[in-house]
Amino acid sequence: MELLKVEGLKKSFDKTEVLKGVDFTLGRGEVLAIIGSSGSGKTTLLRCLNFLEAPNGGRITVGDHVVYDGDDKKRKSAKEKRENQLKFGLVFQSFNLFPQYTVHKNITLAATLALKSAAKKEKMSSAERALALEAIEKKADELLSQVGLSEKRDSYPCQLSGGQCQRVAIARALALGPEILCFDEPTSALDPELTGEVLRAIKSLKGDDRTMIIVTHEMDFARHVADKVIFMADGVIEEVGEPEELFSNPKSPKLRAFLQKDDI
Amino acid sequence: MLSSISDFFGNLFSVESTADFLKISADLWEGFQMTLLLFALTLIFALPLGLIISFGSMSRFFPLRYLTKLIVWVVRGTPLMLQIFIVFFTPGLVFKNPIFAGDIPFLFFEVDGRFLAALITFVINYACYFSEIYRGGIESISKGQYEAGQVLGMSKSQTFFHVVLLQVVKRILPPISNEVITLVKDTSLVRVISVIEIIRIAERYSSKGLIWPLFFTSVYYLVFNGLLTLLFGYIEKKLDYFKS
Repeated sequence: MELLKVEGLKKSFDKTEVLKGVDFTLGRGEVLAIIGSSGSGKTTLLRCLNFLEAPNGGRITVGDHVVYDGDDKKRKSAKEKRENQLKFGLVFQSFNLFPQYTVHKNITLAATLALKSAAKKEKMSSAERALALEAIEKKADELLSQVGLSEKRDSYPCQLSGGQCQRVAIARALALGPEILCFDEPTSALDPELTGEVLRAIKSLKGDDRTMIIVTHEMDFARHVADKVIFMADGVIEEVGEPEELFSNPKSPKLRAFLQKDDI
Repeated sequence: MLSSISDFFGNLFSVESTADFLKISADLWEGFQMTLLLFALTLIFALPLGLIISFGSMSRFFPLRYLTKLIVWVVRGTPLMLQIFIVFFTPGLVFKNPIFAGDIPFLFFEVDGRFLAALITFVINYACYFSEIYRGGIESISKGQYEAGQVLGMSKSQTFFHVVLLQVVKRILPPISNEVITLVKDTSLVRVISVIEIIRIAERYSSKGLIWPLFFTSVYYLVFNGLLTLLFGYIEKKLDYFKS
């Protein structure tokens, strides 16, 4: 049973059509790598899934819940929007950590704020609140140890290396328990010697039945970690398949050209 | 030559007695309190009002945006002194109701109408300047910070107040400190509608032939602006712990 189903997803910026109808499905616990040259629409696809861009048509379903339907013009409530938003988590290319907060606070901030407003609405007792807060903090510590940064708990982002920042960003994205975790070229802003630690951190997440979508230029990583690879070109999915098959036996000429460019 | 120099200093520091000196200093201090009051009240109202105006000038609703930009253009494009006159005289001369001429009851006490006219003008004027500084600061924060807030399920206002605002404050501190120091000195303009402040008092003595109170007035300004400079330096240092 698939967890994510994307049908006919379209997106244009002014008159440029960036996504020309994208269809794919993804099963629970699967890791999907999206590859393709710049301008092929892979980042736009990821941004549409995370509601950072509003698509111009198509449908996105998570489980049995339609989170986006181009034919449904009804406005969604703030609560519904937030619920849909939180089905996805996103790790950015440029980390986008909050510079004024410690590593730990970066991870807990969103959950703490959500708790605050929920406490107000539902008239939680202070004991309940304290308990919930403790759970949030504990979870953040667990996530930090998972990405191997427990000792950086009280550091500020400016005191970390790029690779460490990205690992914090991963922990932050996991804190709200998204069903699907997305990565937008997570190592593109890093020095080559730092990409390894981030890729290892992503790989280590694979075990816990986590569904992930990774837009990447790291072909080796896509080949060894992904269960499924999508090659995008000119706003459509040009080829899709299991990594071994797709990389060793590419069918589309565009993919063949793309892969050749990669090994010099 | 020597005697003319000593004459010069003699005139400059012609303090007849210590008692005189203390009395005049106290007089000047009285005037400076008016300066400080106007300064503090202007900041208290203009700093938040500026934020509201900056939201207006960034609004996606274009009539509001253009209206705000028009107001900011007029307020920044005309002299503050002219604005003080206009605010003070308009109610009386246009509406035949000179509300600012006498005392105005406010809650449990009376406020000097002239002072109130000056305060209103200063608040509007400075809020417009602040709004442009805020706008520059807010627009300089990377889009990624807002996007990070959004994907974490935070509302727009949560993202603004808990993520963006402190970064904005850090960035705009130097231009704000410039405006604040200018404000201290601009308060002397209120004399044009006969609000008595420190320079006005010093001038009374100089018209009686005593020059040193004018020089001494500068000490009040210098000391106060010195304190403000230290305060801003301190806040900047406090925010040094992060880079944005």
